[in-house]
Amino acid sequence: MARFALRRLLSMLLVLFAVSVLVFLIFNVLPGGDPAVRMAGKVPTETQVEAIRVEWGFDEPLHVQYATMMEKLFTGDMVSYLNGQDVVEEIWRGLPRTFALALGAGIIWLVFAIALGLYSAVRAGGLSDRLLTVLALIGISMPVFWVGAMLLYYLGYKAGIFPNGGYVEFLESPTQWLWHMVLPWFTLSILFIGFYSRVLRSDILETMNEDYVRTARAKGLSERRVIVHHVLRNSLIPLITLWGLDFGAVIGGGAILTEAVFNLQGVGQYAAESIDQLDLPPVMAVTMFGAFFIVVFNTVVDIAYAALDPRIRFEGGRR
Amino acid sequence: MAGSALLDVRDLSVSFATEGGVVRAVDGVDFELAPGEVLAIVGESGCGKSATALTLLGLSRGPNATIGGTAGFAGIDLLAAGEEEMRRIRGDRIAMVFQDPMTSFNPVHRIGRQLVEQIRAHREVSAAEARARAVELLDAVGIPDPEARAASYPHELSGGMRQRAMIAMALSLEPDLLIADEPTTALDVTIQAQIIELLRELNRERGLAILLITHDIGVVAEIADRVAVMYAGEIVERGAIDEVFYDPQHPYTWGLLGSVTRIDRPRPPRLPQIAGAPPSLVDPPSGCRFRSRCPHAFERCPRHPGLDPRLAESVDHVDRCWLPPEEKRRRRQVGGIIALEGGEETR
Repeated sequence: MARFALRRLLSMLLVLFAVSVLVFLIFNVLPGGDPAVRMAGKVPTETQVEAIRVEWGFDEPLHVQYATMMEKLFTGDMVSYLNGQDVVEEIWRGLPRTFALALGAGIIWLVFAIALGLYSAVRAGGLSDRLLTVLALIGISMPVFWVGAMLLYYLGYKAGIFPNGGYVEFLESPTQWLWHMVLPWFTLSILFIGFYSRVLRSDILETMNEDYVRTARAKGLSERRVIVHHVLRNSLIPLITLWGLDFGAVIGGGAILTEAVFNLQGVGQYAAESIDQLDLPPVMAVTMFGAFFIVVFNTVVDIAYAALDPRIRFEGGRR
Repeated sequence: MAGSALLDVRDLSVSFATEGGVVRAVDGVDFELAPGEVLAIVGESGCGKSATALTLLGLSRGPNATIGGTAGFAGIDLLAAGEEEMRRIRGDRIAMVFQDPMTSFNPVHRIGRQLVEQIRAHREVSAAEARARAVELLDAVGIPDPEARAASYPHELSGGMRQRAMIAMALSLEPDLLIADEPTTALDVTIQAQIIELLRELNRERGLAILLITHDIGVVAEIADRVAVMYAGEIVERGAIDEVFYDPQHPYTWGLLGSVTRIDRPRPPRLPQIAGAPPSLVDPPSGCRFRSRCPHAFERCPRHPGLDPRLAESVDHVDRCWLPPEEKRRRRQVGGIIALEGGEETR
């Protein structure tokens, strides 16, 4: 276990390093990416630009600039090039919003996908199964920004059932918080529900042909028990694994569009705005933050996988 | 023997609708099994023996399956009984052991839990009682340290131990009938012998009736009282073990017996085999189904032979071959042993 943790930690550092170098280099080769020119205003003189360059250290060699940026990131001194806002502080402000969005949506998409996938598999080939297949394909095919905009327009603006975007702190008003989150949650979930229910359906149908399912029936178990304890229990292993990876990915950037459509002011929206303005420090910080969560959830998934499937522990050399 | 039979299968037929057409997996199979008896159904892959076993437990039912005939068991027709009635019989009155103990246990549940689950599906007992019973059962089938094994996951046991645990699970409610579908096929030879020995003990000591499905005629010889040989969905010969082994009537049986390597004979340069492949069950040939592979086929074979007694001295020994018994006795002897044909001599 200690070796596993150490190996994971090292690979995480490696990933973060690689990601940060890549982002840094991309920004430095990007046309119009020169921060000094952007900071100098609309009609800058050559001397003004040069002064900014020296003041912010943009004249240093790239590796020195990179080192300075990393140092600032980890000491919390990183500020935006454009408005001087503290980057880490901004991320902290957006974090609860992004988490609220991802967690709610994650639960919704998992629950709905299990219910629909199971129903579809048990009724495989029937009318309801075929209907769900079509619905799932529609769900997978609809772009998030379009679904979000449509829901917001029809259920928010036109019908007035839901608020017109925005975020309310949970502590301020739990009901208002919930009310503001419903549309974003479902918007983010729809694609995943469609995809996950398909994955689960096909996995269940495959598992039903397993020898141990035949054994379970031969034991005289009720059909319900066979399905839940023998089929679903095994089919959930890959699904939960997938969920962990996707949940990490949603926090680490997958919610950008949803946050932007509903103006939730989460980390994703902050990233989108910063990229729009070619503001390197927040982009760097948010990218590192995203990569961190993705790697962390990969590890969580590996641990959860071992808990769900006893054979993994064995192969890990426990005995 | 009718009336006293534990299991009385009459004219069983099973067909499955597939993309290639309707497969007649089992076609008019009859047999009886007395209490405490071991009946072996032997035949090659795809002859319908496993389909027969699964159908008896109602496990081959489905939208693609058509099942005909009757299977009387304790006053119930297993083929006509409702799903809930069958569920109560499965695992309680009739238990089944499968071929591959690697894949027949659910990999994510502990062995003990899988036994407990079966006990509690049929009896109102506490989890603790069921668990104690599970440990007892594992002990009874010769699993060392049963307490620890009950807490093990299937992958933590060897193949032989897993098959023992499978048998323990099958025995958990003291069934009247055990259906063993290729119980030794996936195991090493020494382990095979141990499992057969265990089944034989259970048969002798508890009077457990066993329907043994196998392709291994050697296993049949060790444990069965009677044997039914299946070919292309039909029983082609059926009788007491000694009768069938020492006076086999159907050329297919000769072929099966002839393909066994014998340790007490000089080793042949090539293992004898039955030339050709079994016919398609989508469109089975008319007449005797073995005739395209049979070197002894003659003008009567295009007529379908009934499963009839053809020997004056034993009415329970039945077969589907038109050759007169004395002609068979003359033809099946090849170099002092029974074989389908005499290699180079007849070629």
